[in-house]
Amino acid sequence: MTQLALVIDLNVCVGCHACVTSCKEWNTSGSAGALADFNPYDADPTGTFFNRVQTFEVGTYPDTQTVHFPKSCLHCEEPPCVPVCPTGASYKRAEDGIVLVDYDKCIGCKTCAWACPYGVREQDEKRGVMTKCTLCVDRIHDAALPARDRQPACVLACPTSARLFGDIHDPASAVAVAIRDQAGYALMPEQGTRPANRYLPRRRTAIALHADDLVRAENPLRVDGAEPGPAFPHGATEDFAT
Amino acid sequence: MPSSPVHDPLAPPAPGAVTETRTTTCYMCACRCGIRVHLRDGEVRYIDGNPDHPLNKGVICAKGSAGIMKQYSPARITRPLLRKPGSERGAGEFVETTWDEAFALLEARLAKIRATDPKRFALFTGRDQMQALTGLFARQFGTPNYAAHGGFCSVNMAAGMIYTIGGSFWEFGGPDLGRAKLFLMLGTAEDHHSNPLKAEISKFKRHGGRFVAINPVRTGYAAIADEWVPIRPGTDGALLLALIHELIALGLYDREFLARYTNAGQLVNQDAASDEFGMMARNAGGDPINPLRPHNFLWWDRLTGRAVADHAEGADPALLGAFALPDGTPVAPAFALLAQRVKAHTPEWAEGITGIPAATIRRLAHELGVTARDQGIELPIAWTDWWGKKHDTVTGNPVAFHAMRGLAAHSNGFQAARALAILMSLLGTIDRPGGFRHRAPYPRAIPPNARPPRGPQAVQPDTPLDGAPLGWPESPDDLFVDAQGEPVRIDKGFSWEHPLSAHGLMHNAITNAWRGDPYPLDTLVLFMANMAWNSSMNTTAVRRMLADKRDDGEYRIPFLVVCDAFESETTAFADLVLPDTTYLERHDAMSLLDRPISEFEGPADSVRVPVVPPTGDCKPFQEVLIELASRLRLPAFVNADGSRKYRDYPDFVVRYETAPGSGIGFLAGWRGKDGERSLRGEPNPRQWEMYAQNNCVFQHHLPRSLQYMRNWNRDYLLWAQQMGLRRDFDPIVIHVYSEILQRFRLAAQGRRPGKQPPDRLRARVDTYFDPLPFWYEPLEGQATDRALYPLAAVTQRPMAMYHSWDSQNPWLRQIHAHNYLMVNPRTAQAAGIMDGAWLWVESRWGKVRGMCRYTEAVEPGTVWTWNGIGKASGAWRLAPDANESRKGFLLNHLISEELPGADGGAPMSNSDPITGQAAWYDVRVRIYPAAPGEPEESWPQFAPAAAVPGAAAKRPSWLAYFAGKGVRE
Amino acid sequence: MRPAFSVVLLTTLIGAGQGLFLALYAVELAAHARLRPMPGAAFFAGGAAIALALCAAGLVASIFHLGQPLRGWRAAACWRTSWLSREIVALPLFMAGVSVWGLAHFAAAGNTAALGAGAAVLAVALFVCTGMIYASLRLLQEWATPLTPVNYALLGSASGTALAAAYAGFVLPPLAAPLAGAELLLTAAGAATRTAALVRNRALRPRSTLQTAIGIPHPQIAQRAQGLMGGSFNTREFFHGATPRKLRAVKWSFLLLAFALPLVLLAAGSASAPVLAAAFLIQYAGLLAERWYFFADANHPQNLYYQTIS
Ligand SMILES: Nc1nc2c(c(=O)[nH]1)N[C@H]1C(S)=C(S)[C@@H](COP(=O)(O)OP(=O)(O)OC[C@H]3O[C@@H](n4cnc5c(=O)[nH]c(N)nc54)[C@H](O)[C@@H]3O)O[C@H]1N2
Ligand SMILES: Nc1nc2c(c(=O)[nH]1)N[C@H]1C(S)=C(S)[C@@H](COP(=O)(O)OP(=O)(O)OC[C@H]3O[C@@H](n4cnc5c(=O)[nH]c(N)nc54)[C@H](O)[C@@H]3O)O[C@H]1N2
Ligand code: SF4
Ligand code: SF4
Ligand code: SF4
Ligand code: SF4
Ligand code: SF4
Ligand SMILES: [Mo]
Repeated sequence: MTQLALVIDLNVCVGCHACVTSCKEWNTSGSAGALADFNPYDADPTGTFFNRVQTFEVGTYPDTQTVHFPKSCLHCEEPPCVPVCPTGASYKRAEDGIVLVDYDKCIGCKTCAWACPYGVREQDEKRGVMTKCTLCVDRIHDAALPARDRQPACVLACPTSARLFGDIHDPASAVAVAIRDQAGYALMPEQGTRPANRYLPRRRTAIALHADDLVRAENPLRVDGAEPGPAFPHGATEDFAT
Repeated sequence: MPSSPVHDPLAPPAPGAVTETRTTTCYMCACRCGIRVHLRDGEVRYIDGNPDHPLNKGVICAKGSAGIMKQYSPARITRPLLRKPGSERGAGEFVETTWDEAFALLEARLAKIRATDPKRFALFTGRDQMQALTGLFARQFGTPNYAAHGGFCSVNMAAGMIYTIGGSFWEFGGPDLGRAKLFLMLGTAEDHHSNPLKAEISKFKRHGGRFVAINPVRTGYAAIADEWVPIRPGTDGALLLALIHELIALGLYDREFLARYTNAGQLVNQDAASDEFGMMARNAGGDPINPLRPHNFLWWDRLTGRAVADHAEGADPALLGAFALPDGTPVAPAFALLAQRVKAHTPEWAEGITGIPAATIRRLAHELGVTARDQGIELPIAWTDWWGKKHDTVTGNPVAFHAMRGLAAHSNGFQAARALAILMSLLGTIDRPGGFRHRAPYPRAIPPNARPPRGPQAVQPDTPLDGAPLGWPESPDDLFVDAQGEPVRIDKGFSWEHPLSAHGLMHNAITNAWRGDPYPLDTLVLFMANMAWNSSMNTTAVRRMLADKRDDGEYRIPFLVVCDAFESETTAFADLVLPDTTYLERHDAMSLLDRPISEFEGPADSVRVPVVPPTGDCKPFQEVLIELASRLRLPAFVNADGSRKYRDYPDFVVRYETAPGSGIGFLAGWRGKDGERSLRGEPNPRQWEMYAQNNCVFQHHLPRSLQYMRNWNRDYLLWAQQMGLRRDFDPIVIHVYSEILQRFRLAAQGRRPGKQPPDRLRARVDTYFDPLPFWYEPLEGQATDRALYPLAAVTQRPMAMYHSWDSQNPWLRQIHAHNYLMVNPRTAQAAGIMDGAWLWVESRWGKVRGMCRYTEAVEPGTVWTWNGIGKASGAWRLAPDANESRKGFLLNHLISEELPGADGGAPMSNSDPITGQAAWYDVRVRIYPAAPGEPEESWPQFAPAAAVPGAAAKRPSWLAYFAGKGVRE
Repeated sequence: MRPAFSVVLLTTLIGAGQGLFLALYAVELAAHARLRPMPGAAFFAGGAAIALALCAAGLVASIFHLGQPLRGWRAAACWRTSWLSREIVALPLFMAGVSVWGLAHFAAAGNTAALGAGAAVLAVALFVCTGMIYASLRLLQEWATPLTPVNYALLGSASGTALAAAYAGFVLPPLAAPLAGAELLLTAAGAATRTAALVRNRALRPRSTLQTAIGIPHPQIAQRAQGLMGGSFNTREFFHGATPRKLRAVKWSFLLLAFALPLVLLAAGSASAPVLAAAFLIQYAGLLAERWYFFADANHPQNLYYQTIS
C-alpha cells in the first residue's frame, strides 16, 4: 500500500518560509482554494495556510541550537481526524494515503481539527470549511505536468531541498532510505497517530585534530629559517544540544 | 465511512481556463532567480523557480512565491503624480498628471540645470539592478552626483577584498562549497546570492562538510552551522588577525601559493627616512609589463641570497627576514611585515576584544590550517600561469569563507575585509577549487580601472562628465577634490574624508544637500530607494530635512522626484512621483556592465521580459530615462544630427555599444547579426527574442582550463582581454601588503607629491590607510561612553521580507507583521525587562520604543531586530493602525548618518574612514523598560499619509485570491 | 480550548431539555407505579413543549458553530464512527420521541409510557453521544474520561429536573417538592462527579511535551516564532485567551452557581415556585460557566506549537 509523505530534514532547513508561501500560492488557485486572508492590509493580518515554519531555541547561551521547524499535515496512518468527522468530508485516500478534506461535504464543525494533535488543520473562515495540506494532490497526480513537476509545491520551492517527498512504504524510495539511514522520527509518537511525515534530526560534523597535525617536518617556516611556535592544547567544543 | 468524494480533488479547478507559462527573472529581491510565471486567463496563477535556470535551478524563496500579491498590491502607484499645489511635502497630497506633462516639466528643469551647473542634478538609486543605465545617464548628463545603494550597503566588502584579491564576495564571487570541506561564514544572515547559497550550504552539509558560523546571533544559516561562535559586533578584524597570527606562528600557511601568486615575497622599502618608505622596491631595469600599473617588483631570492626580479626563473622569494638592496636600501618581504604586524595579535589579545575564548580561536585556526594543508584537491586540469609556467593540475585547499554585512557595515570593515582576504590567501584558497571563486567580470585589476573624475573641471555645462561618476582610486591623485582638497560630489565621495568610496555615500546625500555642504542641489531624483525610511540613518531628521524650507520659503532641496512602484514612506515627500512598472511588467537587463549573475564557471547575464501588461499608466523607469536622455540630447542617446537614437529601452539594449563598434553592449548573449556570437559582437536585432527563448538567461561556460586561478591564468587573462572584460593583460597579484593604501598614508604624512589632504584630515588618513590590516574600535564606539551605552545593536534581514518593500504583501506580512528587539534574557533581566514587555532602546542619537523578546541565541552584549519591518503609519496602503506601525519599530532612528567632528570640527559621515561604507552596525545603545503608564505602541509615530489619486478606493477587509477570477473580495 | 458560545449553549440547552423530559417521564412512571397521582395531560404536553423548545434553541445555537450550516444534514452520514454524527442523529430522534410522547399525552392517545420509554432511551443515548464527542478525543486528556459523559448526563438531568420542579411549582405545586428532592440528589451527584473531574484533571500530566512535539529530547526548549504574527485559526480555536485569574473565577463561580447555591436553596426546604425558578436559573447560569470552563480547561497539545509570536 502506498503512503505518500514528506520527510523534512531539520539538518538543512534554514527557516526561509519558501515552502510556506509557495504552498499558499499553489493552493489558493488550486483545487483546495481560494484560501482566504483577512485584514490583508489592516492590523493583525491572518489567513489560511497549509504549512507554517516555526522557530524553537534549544539550550541556553552559548550552547544554543536554533531549530527551524516546518509543519503541515503529517498524513497520519492512524489519523484521528478522520473517524470523528460526522460527514465523511475528512478522509484518507486508499490509493496513496493522503488525508484530504472534501470541501463540498465539510460542514465546518471543526471536530477534526480538535482531534488532530498537531495543529495543522485550518478552517478557512471565508468558505466555512476545514482545509489542510493536500500533499498537492492536484500536482502530484497531474499527468499533464512533466514528471519533474509532479511534486508538491513546497518540495519544489525549498532552496535547501530540506523537503523530500515520496512513498514511505516503498523501502527503496528516497524517503524511506532517508528515514532509515538518518533516524527519521515521528512527532508526538505518544498520540498513536502514526504520522507518515517524518523529520530528520540535526547532525553535527566535527574535525578531529591531533597535536602532531600541527607540527610537521616540512613546515614552511623552516624554509624561511624560522621555527614554528608551540602548538597549544585545544579548548572544548560547544555542548551539542540535539 | 463513505469515501466517494463529492469534491474531486484532481478535477481542474477552473475548467476551460486558458493557461500559459512564460519565463522571466524574479525581482522580489536582488538575487535574480529564473522564474516561470504561470498565467490563467491572463492572471498570475503560480510563480515557481525555473528548473532550467543556472542560478536557482528550479528553487524559489518565500518572497518569490509571493510575487502575485506584489503584482496586485493596492499600494501600487498607477498614475504620475504632482504634489498638490499648496500642500506640504510629506503630507502625501497629490494630483494626477500625465506623462506628457511630467516629461515636459522634467525636460525644462533638467535642461536648465545641465546648461548651467549639471552637478545640481543628483540621481540616487536604491536596490535597483540597472546601474549600467542609470550610471550612463548621469555621466552623459554631466553630473557626478550619482550613486546606487553600494555605499550604504556593502562597499567595505567589495573594496576591502577587491583592493586585495581583485574580487570579492557579494555579487562578485563566492565560496566553492561544492568542493570545500570546511566553511567559515562571518556576519551573513541572508546574502544577495541567497537561493544559490542556501542550496550550496545544504549540499555542503549533506556531503559532510563542517560549517562554522561567526555571528553575534544564531538564526537562519547560522542555525544549521555545526558550530556557532558568538562574536561581539565590530570585532571580526581582531579575530581574523588572531587567526592569521596562529597560522603564521605554526607555519600553517600555503607558502607556495603566497610566494608565487601574492606580493608576500615582494620587497618593501623599509628606509624610514625615504619618501618611498613602505612602497614596493622597484626593479629599475625590470619589465613594468603595464606602464599604467608597473609590475617590476623585486624578490629576495633565498636560494641565491640576492635581490632578483619577481618571478625570475628558478628563484624562490624569501618570505621572512630583512635584507638590504645593493644600494643599501633596507627592505623586507611583505610577508615578513605581515608576520610582524600580527605578532602581538595573539588569540588571547583577540579574546579580550571579540569575547571568543582564545582556545576556540586557536582551534579554529588549526582546523583551517590543517584542513587546507592536508585535504588538498588536485584536479587534472592543465593550465599556464601568467609568467609562463605550465601546471599539470589545478590544486586547491578546501577551506571556504563567506562574509557580508556583518563585516562590511562597520566603520572598521574595510580593514576587516582585507584581513579576511589575506587569511584566505594565506590558506591558498583564491580562485581555487574548494575555496573562493570569482564570478565574471571579476577578477579585475587591483584596483579596477574605472577612475572617478579628478576635479571640479570634470563638471562642465552641457557636457558629459569627464570620467565615470564612480570608480576606484589608485592613488591620491585620483581623488575627486578641488584645489583645497575639498569634495566635489554632494556626498563627498572620493574626497579625503572617504578616499576609496567606490560606491559613493548615498546615506549622506540628503543631509549634505539640505545643509548645502558642499553646495545645494536643485533637483534630486530617487529611484527605487526608500530614503525617507529604512535606507537612511537618522530617519526622523532626514524626513524633516526633506520637507525643510529656507528662510525665503523655498524647499532646501528644491525639487524632489521619486520613481517608485508603490506608496512608500518616501513617495509622500515627492514633488513628482513617477509610477514604475513591476518586474512582471517590464524589460530589464542584468548586465555584465553592472553586477551580473555570473557563476564560477563563466559569465552569465539575464533579462526580464514583460509577462503581464503594465498597470494603469505605469512606465518603466528605463523608458523614462531613455525619453529624458533623448529630449535632453545626451550624446550617447542621440544621432549625430541630434535626433533621437533609440525608440525605447529594448531598442537601446540591443543597439547600444560601449564604444562605436566595440561589440560590447548591455547583453552578452546572442550577439552578432544572427545571434551566433557571445560576449562580443555586433548588435543583434533579435536578441530579446533569443533571450526569451532561452529562459531569459545567457551563460557562457569557460573551458575548464580557464575556470581557475584566473588572477594569473594566462589563457583566461588573454580571453578576458579579448572579450573586453579587462582592459589590460597583466597578472592580478594579491596585495597581502597594500602599496595603494601606503600611497595615501604617505600623502597624509606630506611625503608624497600631488594631492594632499586638508590638514584636519591628515591624522585620520595616516591612521586608517595602513598598508597592513589592523583592528580598531569602530568610530562610534571610540567616541561613545561604554558605561552609558553598553550594548551593540544590529539588524538582520528576514529571509521572507525584502527591506521595506514587502509589507504591502499580505502573505509575507503575516509572517513578519512587526518586529521585536531580541535580547539575551540575562541582559534583559539585568535591565528589568520582561519577555514581551515594551522597552526603550536609546542611543546617543535618539530612542525608539518597541517590544522585547528573549532569545538565547544572541551574544549578551548585543541586541538585534529584523531590518525594515517597522513602518510609518499609513505607508504602503496599510491601515494606520497596522502592526508594522503600531508595534513594529525602525532601528534607523537610532543610527546617526554623521559623527561629530573631532574637537568640535564639522561633522563627518558615520562611515568607514576609507570607503565611506555606512556604519549601520556600529550603533551603541542602552535599554530600559517602558514606564507603566506609557502607551503600548511603538515610538516615534508619524501622521499617516492619505491614499494617492489612482489608488484603490478602499482597503479590502479580506481577500481570497484565485487566479482567473480576479482578487475576490 | 476556546469555549464557543454556540456549543456552550447547545450542550446546556439540550441537556436541560433532556433532563426535563426525563424528570417528567419519571413523574409519569411514578404515577403509573401509583406512587403519586397522575398529572393531567396538559402538564406533560406543556413540559414536552418546553423540552422541545430548549432543544430547538440549542439546535439554532449550534448552527452558529458550523462553517456551512446549510450542509448540516450531511452530518448524519458517519454515525458508524463519529460521535458527533451520532449526536446529530440522536438529537432529532430524541426531539421526535418527545414530540410523539407529548402529542400522545395531548391527544390522550395512550401508550405514553411505552412511547416515553423510547424517548428516554434516546435521551440517555443523546447524553452519551454528546459526552462522547469530547470523551473520545484521546488527545484532550481533560475530556478523555468516563466522567465526561457522566457529567453531561448528571448535569443535564439536574438542570432539567430543576426546570421540572420550577415548572411544577407554577402549574402543579404538589409535584414541586418531590421534584425538588430529586433535583437536590442529582445536583449533589453532579457536584460530586464534576468535582471528581476537576480533581482528576489537576493531577494530569500532559502526554505530549515540547520535546515530543518537535522530537528533540532537551530539557530547555523555547519557541521563538510560530510562523505567523497576526493570529491564525490555530491561535483562535484552541486558546481561551483568559488569564489564570479569570479561569479561577469562572471555576469558583460555576461551583457556587451550579451546585452550592441551588443546594442551599433546595436544602432550605421551601418548594415555592419563585424559589425553584430561581434555583433553576442560578443553576443554568452556573452550567453556562461550567461548560465554558469545561472547554477552557482542556489544554490541546497543538498549543505547544503556538506559544510565542515574534
Ligand atoms: N538599520 C538598517 N538599515 C539598513 C540596512 C540594515 O542592515 N540595517 N541595510 C541597508 C542596505 S544594505 C540597503 S541595500 C538599503 C536598502 O534600502 P532601499 O534600497 O531603500 O530598499 P527598499 O526599502 O526595499 O526599496 C526601495 C524602494 O524600491 C521600491 N520598489 C520596489 N520594486 C520597485 C520597482 O520595480 N520599481 C521601482 N521604481 N521601485 C520599486 C520600493 O517600493 C521601495 O520604496 O537599506 C539599508 N538600510
Ligand atoms: N530576504 C532578504 N534578502 C536580502 C535582503 C533583504 O532585505 N531580504 N537584502 C539584500 C541586501 S541589499 C543585502 S546588502 C544583503 C545583505 O545580506 P547579509 O550580509 O546576510 O545581511 P544581514 O541580514 O544584515 O546580515 C548581517 C549579519 O551579520 C551579523 N553581524 C552584525 N554585526 C556583526 C559583526 O560585527 N560580526 C559578525 N561576524 N557578524 C555580525 C548579524 O547578526 C547578521 O546575522 O542581503 C540581500 N538579500
Ligand atoms: S523551504 Fe525548505 S529551508 Fe525553507 S523553511 Fe521550508 S523546509 Fe526549511
Ligand atoms: S496530522 Fe492531523 S490532520 Fe493530518 S492526518 Fe494527522 S491527525 Fe489528521
Ligand atoms: S470540519 Fe469538516 S472535515 Fe472536519 S470534522 Fe467537520 S465536517 Fe469533517
Ligand atoms: S504538500 Fe502541498 S499542500 Fe502540503 S504543505 Fe506542501 S505545498 Fe502545501
Ligand atoms: S531569492 Fe530573490 S530573486 Fe530569487 S526567488 Fe527569491 S525573491 Fe526572487
Ligand atoms: Mo544592501
